[in-house]
Amino acid sequence: MNSFLLQINNLEVNFDTRAGTVQALRGVSLSIAPGETLAIVGESGSGKSVTAQAIMGLIDVPGRISGGDILWEGQPLTAAKVGARHILGKEVTMVFQNPMTSLNPLMTVGAQISEVIELHLGFSRQAARKRAVELLSLVGISGPERRLNQYPHELSGGMRQRVMIAMGIACEPKLLIADEPTTALDVTIQAQILELLAELRETIGLAIILITHDLGIVAGLCDRVAVMYAGQIVETGSVYDIFESPSHPYTQGLIRSTPQLDVKDERLVSISGTPPGLLDPPSGCAFLPRCPAGDGGCDKPQSLKAFGAGAVACCKAGIDAWKEAV
Amino acid sequence: MATSSTHVPSAAAASGLRGAIAELWQDKAAAVGLVIILLLILMAVFAPLIAPYDPAAQAITARLKPPVWMARGTWDHLLGTDNLGRDVLSRIIWGARATLTIGAVTCLLAATLGTLVGLWAGFAGGRTDTLLMRIVDIQVSFPGIFLILLVVAMLGPGIWTLVAVLSMTNWMVYARLIRGIVSSTRQTPYVEAAELIGCKPGRVIFRHILPNLVSPLLTLAILEFTNIVLAEAAVSFLGFGVQPPATSWGLDVASGRDYLFIAWWLVTFPGLTIVATVLSINLFANWLRVTADPEERERRFARAEAAKRRRRTRGANA
Repeated sequence: MNSFLLQINNLEVNFDTRAGTVQALRGVSLSIAPGETLAIVGESGSGKSVTAQAIMGLIDVPGRISGGDILWEGQPLTAAKVGARHILGKEVTMVFQNPMTSLNPLMTVGAQISEVIELHLGFSRQAARKRAVELLSLVGISGPERRLNQYPHELSGGMRQRVMIAMGIACEPKLLIADEPTTALDVTIQAQILELLAELRETIGLAIILITHDLGIVAGLCDRVAVMYAGQIVETGSVYDIFESPSHPYTQGLIRSTPQLDVKDERLVSISGTPPGLLDPPSGCAFLPRCPAGDGGCDKPQSLKAFGAGAVACCKAGIDAWKEAV
Repeated sequence: MATSSTHVPSAAAASGLRGAIAELWQDKAAAVGLVIILLLILMAVFAPLIAPYDPAAQAITARLKPPVWMARGTWDHLLGTDNLGRDVLSRIIWGARATLTIGAVTCLLAATLGTLVGLWAGFAGGRTDTLLMRIVDIQVSFPGIFLILLVVAMLGPGIWTLVAVLSMTNWMVYARLIRGIVSSTRQTPYVEAAELIGCKPGRVIFRHILPNLVSPLLTLAILEFTNIVLAEAAVSFLGFGVQPPATSWGLDVASGRDYLFIAWWLVTFPGLTIVATVLSINLFANWLRVTADPEERERRFARAEAAKRRRRTRGANA
């Protein structure tokens, strides 16, 4: 039990809006072990980012955590708790999606990195500066001494994302949450950033939660995958199992809608329709209206059950749903 | 899902006014504020019907009577009388006319003028911006009271002279504020996009930029309202503003100052009325500001829901 770094049990997040209550997370459970890399994949609005925000205690009105709990090394982790500050931002850090707006334009890069170090590790200004130089070279920025005195607007997008990662790993965290860290970057920079993350995992034993909708990134970097759909995890498993034999029709659809260079004759699948609105989510399987294998039996609530080496929330787990659709 | 998503907005649209009233009622302080504002306006409009006395009628025998609950107080003068035996309550009721008119009209004129100049300067930029803002600078550095005396000396004292003069000395702060916001909003991608798809400058300014200014404008206008009430009092006290026998709250506060230690009610009641007015406007404007911002509006709703939930659980525990 305590071998997990982070454990989330049955987490529910609701947003109170004037149109009604939006159920953004509907019972999400996941866990991550030290040094492990977990990918959370899913389409827009499936609850990936909300999960990350909930962990970091960043859920703000109109959102609220309405159920479930988050455990850090076995202890409940709530932003309001004394002591959570030492964990959040120090042992758990987050790299945001948009490197353009996540840095303060009025502070030099060096000052921003040093701030993290001075705050959490109690370093003196000089020591923090030295550490900042180390960090910048660690994330592959050339001429780090010069870069320290530059402002964010003087750096390119990829550089800024590296600076964000340098800030993220400044206190040698145990867990880094990367919320679509490469979405705003072009593919060559994207590859470099991912390589950097993989390297950090080896060198400082970092556990990573990678939030993305790009399956290509997942296959290259991650150990385990959790697939989210409409505020729930519909399938988890090792990256090998998920790609080799996906069990949930949605996962199958996702993978078959990604072009593969080595498979010639298979046509790409497109999953028609849109995800259900979370104002009034269906009580049964949320994927039913879009599922080619669905029938009347799928109307009952689906929960994550062990299937093969992983777990799936589907009463028809394992069947090849898209056979006829192609 | 499809039915609920189409149903909800149509129901809200059908009862726009009733919906707004229901939403206002959720914020009790703002609702009370609006009620007080409306009462004050009604009081000003129907002053001749409500006021027990002519505000200028002097009665030497009834000088400096204290309010009714004091030892020497009488029911004839609920809030007492001043040094000339004039009824304080009647003066407050009549004074609402001058104070509210001057405050509201001046705020409106100054805000309009300042906003237009600010929008123009911020949007046009370059030399136009420099020129307009230098005019603002000159106007700011010009002593306001001197300008007021100059204009009043030329036009003669009166409410409308006062409105014109106070507008002329108060619009600059709006221009500066608005210009700053406009020149930064101008750079945002959505404004650039609006220009790119061919919106004319007028449309960009009034449809895409102006809504961003609602909240700072409301905040500033309320702060300025208080300033203007006080400025009006100062000018009236000097004899250049509201002319006796007409009266205003500010004038009463200013002239009651000499009797502060023997007749505290002369300053207190008009002063309290000013406080109540400004506070009510503040409470209501705060609600209005949040309502004008879609994101803030949802947040307010969610906070209200959270408060309701807390009350429910507390009720269940008790």
